[in-house]
Amino acid sequence: MIGICGAYGKLYGGPVVRDLLAVYTTIVRAVPELVLILLLYYAGTDLINQLLTAMGYQRIDISGLVAGIAVLGFVQGAYSTEVMRGAILAIPQGQIEAARAFGMSPGLLLRRITLPAMLPFAIPGLANLWLIATKDTALLAVVGFFELTLATRQAAGVTKAYLTFFLAAGMIYLLLTLVSNLIIGRIEARARRGMPSVKEAR
Amino acid sequence: MIAQGTAPALKHTAQNSAAEAIHVENLHKKFGELHVLKGVSLSARDGEVIAIIGGSGSGKSTLLRCINCLENPTSGIVRVNGEEIRMKADSHGHTVPADRKQIERIRSKLGMVFQNFNLWSHMTLIENVIEVPVHVLGVKRDVAIAEAEKLLARVGLAEKRDVYPAYLSGGQQQRAAIARALAINPRVMLFDEPTSALDPELIGEVLKVIGDLAREGRTMVLVTHEMKFAREVATHVVYLYNGLVEEEGPPEQIFGAPKSERLKQFIRNIG
Repeated sequence: MIGICGAYGKLYGGPVVRDLLAVYTTIVRAVPELVLILLLYYAGTDLINQLLTAMGYQRIDISGLVAGIAVLGFVQGAYSTEVMRGAILAIPQGQIEAARAFGMSPGLLLRRITLPAMLPFAIPGLANLWLIATKDTALLAVVGFFELTLATRQAAGVTKAYLTFFLAAGMIYLLLTLVSNLIIGRIEARARRGMPSVKEAR
Repeated sequence: MIAQGTAPALKHTAQNSAAEAIHVENLHKKFGELHVLKGVSLSARDGEVIAIIGGSGSGKSTLLRCINCLENPTSGIVRVNGEEIRMKADSHGHTVPADRKQIERIRSKLGMVFQNFNLWSHMTLIENVIEVPVHVLGVKRDVAIAEAEKLLARVGLAEKRDVYPAYLSGGQQQRAAIARALAINPRVMLFDEPTSALDPELIGEVLKVIGDLAREGRTMVLVTHEMKFAREVATHVVYLYNGLVEEEGPPEQIFGAPKSERLKQFIRNIG
């Protein structure tokens, strides 16, 4: 979602929107994710709580899970903005022009033409991002989120059976990837409907 | 509301009593420093077929695209269906439509056919044809499908209804694009060099469909390089040169007895 809004803003937005988005994508993609996670988790929750107390609400305790998802979403948004921007640019402009020529409003154009038409170009990039994200969850351990890698380390540390546990963890990541690939393959086949296979065109 | 089907299609008859569907007056268009249209006027009454001819860079496509605001005219008046398109200046000094809703309403009455077909590649032919009626005009899906099947049959593509555009020839795609434009029951059809991207052997099938439309009295504005075709179907021919109307009149006069030296030369070169 962030990616779609970001890409749209970058392509069609005014100068202010574009500059803001450029700052967002540049900074997020420049800073290591581990640093961002720490920064956003500690500084972010602190900021939210300060805001809340300033407005007269109780301080809240933000769980590692929620913060983790928010941070990963924020980071992925920056990367997917660029993936989507590329995908939208890959749509033959004539198709967008035709939609405009038939009186489609910008919202309808986005929903009916731009999104479905850019999907085939965006899926390989988005699939990459998704797979990276599944493994980035390991980084969330630093903010106390109890995920797979952390659990493995602790279990292995207690039982001293390092090989078994880390192999098992590896298998779980692999399984996750395989399942993801299956689903992505389905989505891609659906999105590429109407496009002749590249093999036939050789 | 739309009366093309019944309008008399007799060529060359004076149709001054028919309502004016498109009125363009003193239209200017600049792309930066480039002055493409330098004050062009044009009028299309119901049942008329206006052919715009001219050399490359004469501004004929730009003129057509200004009618439905795919290009924003720099100055001048465009009236469609008696309704004048309101323009305003944006913060950069460009002229832009003042009212997006008005533009969308006007566009949905103009059926545009492009040089490169521009069918939506993620939809089958039938989906392409029903897209605008269902999602822009609010026609019920089953009604739209029944209508679309008739239109596809009319352009000879009934059996291709569930095929995606990429699997069709250029001529088939262009005929489907004509069906898509007809599906909105347009007041005027706009053709932007509809055969220029086609292989020579495919041009005929597309021209036949357009010719049939002309003969049944559909109002059309046609930018074309097919001089023979323009002579056959047009009721009025406009020759553009360098952003101005150099000469205009009925086809016999334009092709048979051109006055302007440039037009004579143009016809010699192309004919």
